[in-house]
Amino acid sequence: MMNTMDPLLLSLVTFFPVVGAVLVLALPRGGKNSARWIGLGASGLTFFVSLIVLARFDLQDPELQLVTRLPWIRVAGWTIEYHLGIDGLSLLLVLLTTLLTPISILSTWTAVEDRVREFIAFFLLLETGMVGVFLAQDLFLFYVFWEFTLVPMYFLIGIWGGPRRIYAALKFFLYTMAGSILMLLAILWLALEAGTFSVPDLAAQSGIPPQAQTWLFLAFAAAFAIKVPMWPLHSWLPDAHVEAPTAGSVILAGVLLKMGTYGFLRFNLPLFPEASIRFAPWIALLAVIGILYGAAVSYAQRDVKKLVAFSSVSHLGFVMLGLFALNPQGIQGGILQMVNHGLSTGALFLIVGMIYERRHTREIDAFGGLWKVMPVFAALTLIVTLSSMGLPGLNGFVGEFTILLGAFGSQAIGSGWYAGLAALGVILAAIYMLHMFQKMFLGPTDKRENQMLKDLNAREVITLIPLILLIFWIGLYPKPFFDLMAPSVDRLVAALQSASLALR
Amino acid sequence: MTAQDLSATLPLLLLTGWACVLMLLDAFIPAERKDLTAGLAALGIVVALGALAPRFGQTTEAFGGMLVVDGFASFLDVVFLGSGLLGIALAYDYLKRMGIERGEYYSLLLFSICGMMLMGRAADLIIVFLALELLSIPLYVLSGFAVPRLESEEAALKYFLLGAFATGFVVYGIALTYGALGSTRMEAILATVRPGATPPGLLLVGMGLILIGFGFKVAAVPFHMWTPDVYQGAPSSVTAFMSVGAKAGGFAALLRLLISALPDLAVAWAPAAAWISALTMVWANFAAIAQPNVKRMLAYSSIAHAGYILMALAASASSEVAPQAASAALFYLAAYAVTNLGAWGVVLSMEKQEGAGLSIDDYAGLGQRRPGLALAMTAFMLSLTGVPPTIGFVGKFFLFGAAIQAGLVWLALIGVITSLVSAYYYLRVVVVMYMRPGEPEARSERWLSAGLGLAALATVVFGILPGPLLALAERAGLMALVP
Repeated sequence: MMNTMDPLLLSLVTFFPVVGAVLVLALPRGGKNSARWIGLGASGLTFFVSLIVLARFDLQDPELQLVTRLPWIRVAGWTIEYHLGIDGLSLLLVLLTTLLTPISILSTWTAVEDRVREFIAFFLLLETGMVGVFLAQDLFLFYVFWEFTLVPMYFLIGIWGGPRRIYAALKFFLYTMAGSILMLLAILWLALEAGTFSVPDLAAQSGIPPQAQTWLFLAFAAAFAIKVPMWPLHSWLPDAHVEAPTAGSVILAGVLLKMGTYGFLRFNLPLFPEASIRFAPWIALLAVIGILYGAAVSYAQRDVKKLVAFSSVSHLGFVMLGLFALNPQGIQGGILQMVNHGLSTGALFLIVGMIYERRHTREIDAFGGLWKVMPVFAALTLIVTLSSMGLPGLNGFVGEFTILLGAFGSQAIGSGWYAGLAALGVILAAIYMLHMFQKMFLGPTDKRENQMLKDLNAREVITLIPLILLIFWIGLYPKPFFDLMAPSVDRLVAALQSASLALR
Repeated sequence: MTAQDLSATLPLLLLTGWACVLMLLDAFIPAERKDLTAGLAALGIVVALGALAPRFGQTTEAFGGMLVVDGFASFLDVVFLGSGLLGIALAYDYLKRMGIERGEYYSLLLFSICGMMLMGRAADLIIVFLALELLSIPLYVLSGFAVPRLESEEAALKYFLLGAFATGFVVYGIALTYGALGSTRMEAILATVRPGATPPGLLLVGMGLILIGFGFKVAAVPFHMWTPDVYQGAPSSVTAFMSVGAKAGGFAALLRLLISALPDLAVAWAPAAAWISALTMVWANFAAIAQPNVKRMLAYSSIAHAGYILMALAASASSEVAPQAASAALFYLAAYAVTNLGAWGVVLSMEKQEGAGLSIDDYAGLGQRRPGLALAMTAFMLSLTGVPPTIGFVGKFFLFGAAIQAGLVWLALIGVITSLVSAYYYLRVVVVMYMRPGEPEARSERWLSAGLGLAALATVVFGILPGPLLALAERAGLMALVP
């Protein structure tokens, strides 16, 4: 019986949140709590459906699974399809998205009091866009989802954000659009040249001339590098993060940034393998600069949220380094690190949101000795902090270690120096994260405003617990996670290797 | 007149006749019952649409080859008639509120639509001229409809003078073409101009003049100077219709003439079209950024969109891409019509007496006070920017696709970059509506809401499921090539 459902599953994961959004908008004005419950219910059910997808997923199969492929637009020899599919490269990211969305909605329970209906509706629409990005296997469909995610995020920052929200929202929109319009031209050129918009078909019929590959690679990379964001295209990120509401930051860091790294993985590597190999050292260089720069700037921040935002630049540098190692360890580590960053940075933003809700400030100097007044909060924060800096036994270590291993042995990058310098980033991360933790949680509780703070309530603990469980699980026993992606990654690496042989 | 002539031009004849009758009838309709005139005018359009249906997409000649009715004409007919219908729905309440409700408004509108429909069917340059005049003269009058408001009079005079000037170019161009080829029939032009042979200089000059004349009509840079002033000064309901209908009419003539009659001269006109397109997109989009007045901003936006459509014209120079470029242009025209009329509908519902409520800042708080209206406006703005899932995105996608296919990657690049620029000023409206506090007041009226709702729905639905409309545009684009 389940088998008849299979082709529908992915569409269901993608579009179920829209049903929730419509329901929420149909509510009468003022129904704040019902809006929250519907939002939580819809995203919770979506998570449940994504677990069914996981259950139906065949671990041995490197190909796309649960494929839905229907003709959508057919004119003048252009065939655009409604084509969804999932494989080892996207499965974990879909699960991450569907997990983080209900958690974020739960985190807004008391933080958002204004225009709740619209907030929840935008949030659910955003989820549809993000899941669609990870599942779309048609370039047109992908681009539609990709651009569409801008709209709800723009509203989330612009309406519910901090004091400079309008500036931040506009900057976010324009910056991202600037990259994606170049990708749009590349998509058009590529699809018209090859006669298909289908990503697997394009990857199969390799043979794009190297000159064209260079330009196409760069055009796609423009869109993705801005989204990641890679140094030096990161300047929208701190603004967007600082101004966004907590839940927005969680999703922004947890999922939206992964859309960039996923884009490299899904499009640049398989579609332009020769160009990927040629550009690998350059990307690695930018990644390493990002790692060190992000870490150094994080250390200088006085605002916790900014600190976490800049640390994302550093962490995503690791992801990029891993992906462009172009070997199994590097890519697997990269994918795992995307998930890790989603979990730990998502949790960090939640933590920042919790403290901000209590004190209405995020200045590190305004705190101190919080451990004594908020022991539960402090303990949970410590776990997340350690995970973010890559302590062995927690998830960050597994990801970063695998990436460094991959980068050391990478032929494409060509030198161990990159990995060596990146390893320095791990140390820097320990410095800025512990520095922050020490200043905020240890020492005497010398500020009077801090002495009366209430510890976390049950809802807040519930929002953090799933993330912390996963942090431990991945840290202690990452094998099931690697198993999910291994076949697909191996296939991708094999394709890259045959391309590299052709280059010689 | 044969039966074939009659049946091929039935919708046009019906509408022309109805417009005349309506003008007379209106004299007997009392001043407080002008809703009747509006209703009758709408009825005329619906009947014309009905008359169109049985022969939709078929190709026939009429009046000894002076007119041709084909998929191209039929597609544009739907755009013109649809815009007219929406135009009436949006105008009705506005006219009453502004105290300029007079029955002639509707008959003039119908006459103008007749001109546009004639333009779509023109297979002879003389008909092109006739259609141009029939299209324009009612619009000159309508621009001054808010007399004795000075801006309206000024707009009418400006539009009339520059319009007459432009028509002069067209007529002179037609004369020179006739001088060079000895015929005004498009079929004859196609047959006379040999591919590869050096075209007579007279023909080149004539064609250039015609191009300039229509450049004025579609408001392409550098012939756009009149547009912001006229669009701002004319009553908004007129501008709404004019910005869509007149532009589509102008492009109907350009597409028909250049693609189907002068394809062998593409070497001469395609680079001109490409440069005008690039110039228009860049100039208008940057100028629009600085406009604090909604009407002026939308005026520059409409200039910019003429630039995008011209891109298709430039792309149609290569004969393999021509059908696709033509259909991309047609689809874009339809997309632009729906979206732009909708956006003007929001402007109409916000405008108050004495031109109040026209600044972008007056939209502050609309997202709170009138969520439906603000949502519709958001859809229109995103569609004009070209963000999915809207019809404007699909339009731009196929337009840029045609340009890339024709090898005009640089032009497509300018297209996407200027789209990014346009995002800035379109989003500013959204910012003001949702992110600034305010207490705006917007009209809420049955027909206005219905028209707006329909436009918003079409903007999104055709953005997600553009298939049927694209297929129609594709058939229409193919037929434009068969003279």
